[in-house]
Amino acid sequence: MKTLLEVKNLSVEFKTEDGSVRPLDQASFQVEEGQTVCIVGESGSGKSVTSLAIMRLLEFENGKITDGQILFEGEDLATKSAEEMRKIRGSEMSIIFQEPMTALNPVFTIGQQLMEGLQLHQGFSKKEAWNRSCELLNLVGINDAQDRMKQYVHELSGGMRQRVMIAIGLSSNPKLLIADEPTTALDVTIEAQILNLLTELKDKINMSIILITHDMGVAAEMADYIVVMYAGKIVEQGTVYQLFDEPTHPYTKGLLQSIPSAEATTDERLYSIRGTIPSLNNLPTGCRFHPRCDFATDKCLTEVPPLVKENDRLVACWNINDVLEKSRGEKVEIL
Amino acid sequence: MIDSVEVKLRLDDTQNQKKIILKADHIKKYFPVKSGILSREVKYVKAVDDISLEIFEGETFSLVGESGSGKSTLGRALLRIQEPDEGTISFDGKDITAMNRQQMKDVRKDMQVIYQDPFGSLNPRMKVIDLIAEPLDINNLYRGKERVERVIELMELVGLDPSRRNRYSHEFSGGQRQRIGIARAIALNPKFILADEAVSALDVSVQAQVVNLMKDLQKELGLTYLFIAHGLNIVRYISDRVGVMYLGKLVEVGNVEDIYSRPAHPYTNALIQTNPNPNPRSRREKLILKGEIPSPSNPPSGCRFHTRCPIASDKCKEVSPELREILPGRLVACHYPLI
Repeated sequence: MKTLLEVKNLSVEFKTEDGSVRPLDQASFQVEEGQTVCIVGESGSGKSVTSLAIMRLLEFENGKITDGQILFEGEDLATKSAEEMRKIRGSEMSIIFQEPMTALNPVFTIGQQLMEGLQLHQGFSKKEAWNRSCELLNLVGINDAQDRMKQYVHELSGGMRQRVMIAIGLSSNPKLLIADEPTTALDVTIEAQILNLLTELKDKINMSIILITHDMGVAAEMADYIVVMYAGKIVEQGTVYQLFDEPTHPYTKGLLQSIPSAEATTDERLYSIRGTIPSLNNLPTGCRFHPRCDFATDKCLTEVPPLVKENDRLVACWNINDVLEKSRGEKVEIL
Repeated sequence: MIDSVEVKLRLDDTQNQKKIILKADHIKKYFPVKSGILSREVKYVKAVDDISLEIFEGETFSLVGESGSGKSTLGRALLRIQEPDEGTISFDGKDITAMNRQQMKDVRKDMQVIYQDPFGSLNPRMKVIDLIAEPLDINNLYRGKERVERVIELMELVGLDPSRRNRYSHEFSGGQRQRIGIARAIALNPKFILADEAVSALDVSVQAQVVNLMKDLQKELGLTYLFIAHGLNIVRYISDRVGVMYLGKLVEVGNVEDIYSRPAHPYTNALIQTNPNPNPRSRREKLILKGEIPSPSNPPSGCRFHTRCPIASDKCKEVSPELREILPGRLVACHYPLI
């Protein structure tokens, strides 16, 4: 498989009243062509910042890329001018957000918003843009496209709005679609429709997807590859099967264990990671997870663990052997 | 023959006798929709449409359903936070439907609420000690030193550091704020707690902490929970029984494991199948429902689910199915239950 996107040692800083914070620290991962990569983690882990950094939308949020490269088909997006980025955003990459109500403009019709990009970036005539827009709406499962084109956002349901967002995202035939919690605001039956739609589209037009989610269930269903983030750091990454079959970082392990499984009986206590995610302006020294970790040693308090290849995937932890020994022991007990 | 079966069912019921703590009969809550220049009331949103249910003492009964299904409205109507338009509610053996304010104030000591948003439901200008003591103050219980002692006791019970009692709620994290909400709810030693999406806004790792706390408190204090949620994994874990709602109607009620392993209503079946399962090896073709939940101001005729139901017949378009017991303790409103 060919690599479409390679993020290398990417760091991001935001200026705040209390000095600058670093919501993303030395992140590296790759997206292959046609692959779905899920970035998972809890709120404040840096998932959305990563997506904004890749799209170079950070500048609009008072953020700055301070280090690293974003290689998209070999070209570094981190150093592109605003004008060049605008062109790339309109053609090669698209992003869809959690809340389509705020991402779509309430005073323009659906048609106007779909056609805008087509006319601006792809030089379509008005008529061509209209026809292509209707095609796109059909593609995302909206049947009465001609009528929907004339409607405004408030006239559509949440699921319908997200479909329109996806249609706009697809209008430029992107090679990479970044979907930031696209189903979090939706009901479960509608969520299933949208996730199904994304999978179908990906296969149909051979697009890569970066899907950002806090829901391990969504990641399990959608991902080829998973990147786990905690407090601005990537702590583990590997294929979906590696991560779910044998989570290696204590945080990944804890995250998976906190989800009530079908087998868990009601009498058992739910596993929970103690404490809470630290705030960015008060990060722990050494490994950022150490105050909540059952395996933490003195080394974890002072030294930052690098992301290295262990157990056939990338993990940032000083005590991998202890973790694996323990989980293998647990498995034997179950048997 | 049929008679003897019925007699046997009743015998079974009396053998494992459970005390009903809350009983609701034919609850309706309609919201008027005004339109036109004269703001005439033209339509009604039937948020809760003729629902009857029983909740047993000491159990966790969960209401699940998508947005617009009426689960929160039903929860509030049962506590008379939002007055039901029709129907009767009895709590702990007393009919509370027609009670006046003063009587309700007494009853409310026993029925408390935990809300979803720990940010919006706590007054930012109040210190934690006053937030937790507010229910005590309203009811003129505990004064001075006793009041402080009670707050410390409550904070310890919900896993908060009592030395932080003079801080404000914004100094606490989301999970800790939810613990403050829980401390408020249990301050008056209630029998019954409505938890309205109480853990939905929390991150998974913190959600697990709060759910464990709620279960511990249930055991310790003998609480009954009415748990309203849309996360099916957490509902399976916390509940004894589940009620599934769709467009203002209760479509299925039963023991949680029975419902999850063998759903009887096609809607329940779809919900369970489409729930994202945290296991990549269980990816499979799912039954994905077409269309969206219709507007509650203009619900479909007959069975409200028929527009999205994969097995609907002509009968479903015309005749609304009654909620009926198809197995002991299992109620379904469907002409063609799956079991």
